[in-house]
Amino acid sequence: MPDTQALVNDFLNKLKKRKIEGSQATAKQTAELLRSVISQTRMPYTNQAAALIHSVKAVGERLIAANPVELAVGNVVRRVLHIVREEDLSLTTAAMAGLNLSAESDDEDDTDRDNHPALSAAAIAAASRSTLRPPSLQTLLEDVPDSAAVPHTSSSGGDSEGKSKSADKSSRSRKLKHDVIEAVNELIQDISTCHELIAEQAVEHIHQNEVILTLGSSRTVLEFLCAAKEKKRSFRVFVAEGAPRYQGHLLAKELVTRGLQTTLITDSAVFAMISRVNMVIVGAHAVMANGGVIAPVGLNMVALAAQKHAVPFVVLAGSHKLCPLYPHHPEVLLNELRSPSELLDFGEFSDCLDFGSGIGAPLLHVVNPTFDYVPPKLVSLFITDTGGHNPSYMYRLIADYYSADDLVLERRTTSGN
Amino acid sequence: MDARRMSRAVPRVRQVGFFTPNTPAQQPQPQSAAPSSESPPLSDSPASNSLSPVMIPPPRHLSDNLGGRTAAVPVPGRENSGELPTVGSYNPSESVLWLDSPPRSRIGDEELSEGAESSLGWYRRSDSAKFASSLPSGGFNLSTAKHPDSVAAVEAKNPLPEQSEAQKEQASSSKPLKAKTTKAERRALQESQRAAKAASRAEANKSGTPGGAPSSKPMKQPPQKKDGPPVASSIAASERIGVDRSVEKERKKDLPPPRKQFDDESRGGRAKRRSVLNQPEARNRVELFRHLPPHKNGTQLPYLGSKFFELHEKHPAVYKVGLQYLAGDLSGGNARCIAMLQAFQEAIRDYSTPPEKTLTRDLTSKIGGFVSFLIECRPLSMSMGNAIRFLKSRIARLPLTLSESEAKTTLCSDIDRFINEKIVLADKVILRHAATKIRDGDVLLTYGSSCVVEMILLYAHELGKQFRVVVVDSHPMLEGQKLLRRLLVKGLSCTYTQLNAISYVMHKVTRVFLGASSIFSNGTVYSTVGTASVAMVAHAFRVPVLVCCEAYKFHERVQLDSICFNELGDPDAISKVPGRVDVNYLDNLTDKQKENLELLNLKYDATPSDYISVIVTDYGMIPPTSVPVIVRGYRKEYLLI
Repeated sequence: MPDTQALVNDFLNKLKKRKIEGSQATAKQTAELLRSVISQTRMPYTNQAAALIHSVKAVGERLIAANPVELAVGNVVRRVLHIVREEDLSLTTAAMAGLNLSAESDDEDDTDRDNHPALSAAAIAAASRSTLRPPSLQTLLEDVPDSAAVPHTSSSGGDSEGKSKSADKSSRSRKLKHDVIEAVNELIQDISTCHELIAEQAVEHIHQNEVILTLGSSRTVLEFLCAAKEKKRSFRVFVAEGAPRYQGHLLAKELVTRGLQTTLITDSAVFAMISRVNMVIVGAHAVMANGGVIAPVGLNMVALAAQKHAVPFVVLAGSHKLCPLYPHHPEVLLNELRSPSELLDFGEFSDCLDFGSGIGAPLLHVVNPTFDYVPPKLVSLFITDTGGHNPSYMYRLIADYYSADDLVLERRTTSGN
Repeated sequence: MDARRMSRAVPRVRQVGFFTPNTPAQQPQPQSAAPSSESPPLSDSPASNSLSPVMIPPPRHLSDNLGGRTAAVPVPGRENSGELPTVGSYNPSESVLWLDSPPRSRIGDEELSEGAESSLGWYRRSDSAKFASSLPSGGFNLSTAKHPDSVAAVEAKNPLPEQSEAQKEQASSSKPLKAKTTKAERRALQESQRAAKAASRAEANKSGTPGGAPSSKPMKQPPQKKDGPPVASSIAASERIGVDRSVEKERKKDLPPPRKQFDDESRGGRAKRRSVLNQPEARNRVELFRHLPPHKNGTQLPYLGSKFFELHEKHPAVYKVGLQYLAGDLSGGNARCIAMLQAFQEAIRDYSTPPEKTLTRDLTSKIGGFVSFLIECRPLSMSMGNAIRFLKSRIARLPLTLSESEAKTTLCSDIDRFINEKIVLADKVILRHAATKIRDGDVLLTYGSSCVVEMILLYAHELGKQFRVVVVDSHPMLEGQKLLRRLLVKGLSCTYTQLNAISYVMHKVTRVFLGASSIFSNGTVYSTVGTASVAMVAHAFRVPVLVCCEAYKFHERVQLDSICFNELGDPDAISKVPGRVDVNYLDNLTDKQKENLELLNLKYDATPSDYISVIVTDYGMIPPTSVPVIVRGYRKEYLLI
């Protein structure tokens, strides 16, 4: 336990000091941390899933509070919670299917079961699953055999309940943790390979002699473009430099190193050039449930220009960037102001920037936000590691990754903090 | 019958007006021929009938020639109202009747200009003129007496409904004649007139400068004014047409010559041979912009300095301005324009006409040389182009009688007047207008550094208005920092941010004030690069965008994108960020990397007119759709005074 505590504190510090750059790195590290937290969690005899959820949540809340703007942390915490619930559920159903016993999920559905003692375990499992999972075509189809099996199991399920339950416990306790860690490993794997999965789709979207515009730097975009280049597509890239961080210079350098025809333009020339561009491909910081994008600063301007000239605006985002929250006033609430020193020389304007002394309000404010909010109507397409999606479909995609309980809980706790 | 003929002979006077010396011979012919001809006039009218749509000037022409017409119309109206009280102010048949006569006047001119004017519109007009003249001659008769009213009628009210009018015309033209002449007579008359016309045309062709027409053209008024009151009406008519056409012709002449394209082989080659500066190598030129001259940076300054004595024909003042352009010390449309004009002023003061040359020509070519030198240092802005056009037209219009010193002082005072009226006073008027749009508690956003906007902000501050200014800036110019500094010194409270954060700050902004380098006549605002983005975001956030621009910067060109015409800045400026040592990603590139990397530093962009709420100019606050109106009126004002 103490070493996880140290790990958590270390990670918290990094988050607070904004030492970790990029949502992918953050997501990966968060997942790894949570994995060790899970492995260190001592499992109680009953309600193991609840115990896991509790410990993950406790750490997750602190992580989210450390950097509420880095939505990837919250996403990963929710993903892990979802994994725990899913694993628990699958164990329960597996136990039921295998033993044909009442291996009811004893963690959360205790009350449920008490209220409906007449119902069979399978029915309860089905019910619990439908509460956990949002209704989808798949769950609906899965439910059919379960409900069909209800009369069958109800005839034989009642008597052997107490005995099999205790026998099952010990094996399940180890199995749950193991499965969860396995699944979290898979998640980590997903996060680290999401670039490749997205880049694989590049050839489907980039044609010969295409002109592509991007702003700032994103590793996903870089890999995407390079993947198309490797497939012998020749195209031209305009890179807007993305002031005040000028990450575009970095991207341009990477692209020319890989032999792509690259033109570096100023951010101000985006509107002038967009009429000659076939497609805008950008990375995102986070994708909200409504299909809106929290993106590097300046992209709203690019998206508006693209809309004006009917240029497709494509956002590349790994699934760890899908955030189940709906944004409210995201331009301000989900934004972060960076140091004015990136815009102005302190030496030159120090007299006007003096907030401490002097008379009343300072004359000069310097605004240097990090992110921009691009509303869903400006986005033509999302390309995630699961394929291309419309902005309007995002909520559904998100429902596959997160369980509804966690959204509510997280939101309450974050607002409490 | 004879009396009738006599009355019909009245047009002769009018025709004299049109064809001054040549036509008198033509007039007797119809008279002599008329009695012998017996065919019905109606046989001809179908032709005119079918053609009537083209002989009626389309409404566009009417409105276009407003300037010329307003002068001409009142005259006949006043003079003839007493003559013909019974005729209504609008009588379609009469107006059409009248219409068939003025074309005759056209023909004379037509012959002169036919070579030059080959556009469809003109062609149609001349056609119609020819056919119209073949209308029953009765029309002539009437027209002399009646058309004054119809002049007004046609012009003011009547973009005539063609077909019905033509029919009426037919009827009315035959009606009065039936009383006295037979069809054959009329036909004969007509034919004779045609013959006369042909004769006169032939003559005109031969002589090249037939009589009054050529002399009247440059004056834009036929000289017939001196003819007596009986023909006043016809004069008015001819005058109108004369003005019409000359205006139209002038407009055609004024059509800006196509811009010099840098990639044009022939011109480019010539320019290169003449050029004083070394052309930077074409490496890393963005393909899309090969038609624009590459940026010449300040590294050529010493080179140019060493060539100072070879360039003796450049006046030192012009030379100095050129160097300032090259070094980037002078920027801003107004500053550049004023500096250029003042340099020209100095050059004119020191100018003396070389022997066996005329001042007008020599000075024009001299100015042309200066201008091409300045263009080499940095491409001209639209406003400077306008100023040069003004100066050249002033030189061209110098009366020949002036002595050299008089001419020089006239020109210098003209330049002074231009600077004063078109720039200094215009700015003051703009201040007044724009300040009315600033209220207490406003948050005003401005982009880059426009001197007019700066003056507006300071003026509003002096008026005691409480507002906040958001200065938006962009790499690599970072002009906003200088503006910010100047505003802070004056005690305005400011917010500074970069262009990318525009969506973040736009929520709180209540007005956007932008400057412009030029405004094209389709309402496109040509301004510092990034202006379009600011206007677009403001439009998306429903914030009004006010563009402040002096009217002398308006230009009749049209442009849709920012690529066909633009200016390239120093590409290397992009890779360097002043004051940021951490941004050095592009410092050590290998040659292979450089091969693939192009740096594009655009100077201007074109803002579509739909993002502009209002243009604040010295003529008041106008919507972008009214720009062509100002352009037209303005050109007249400064070219024709």
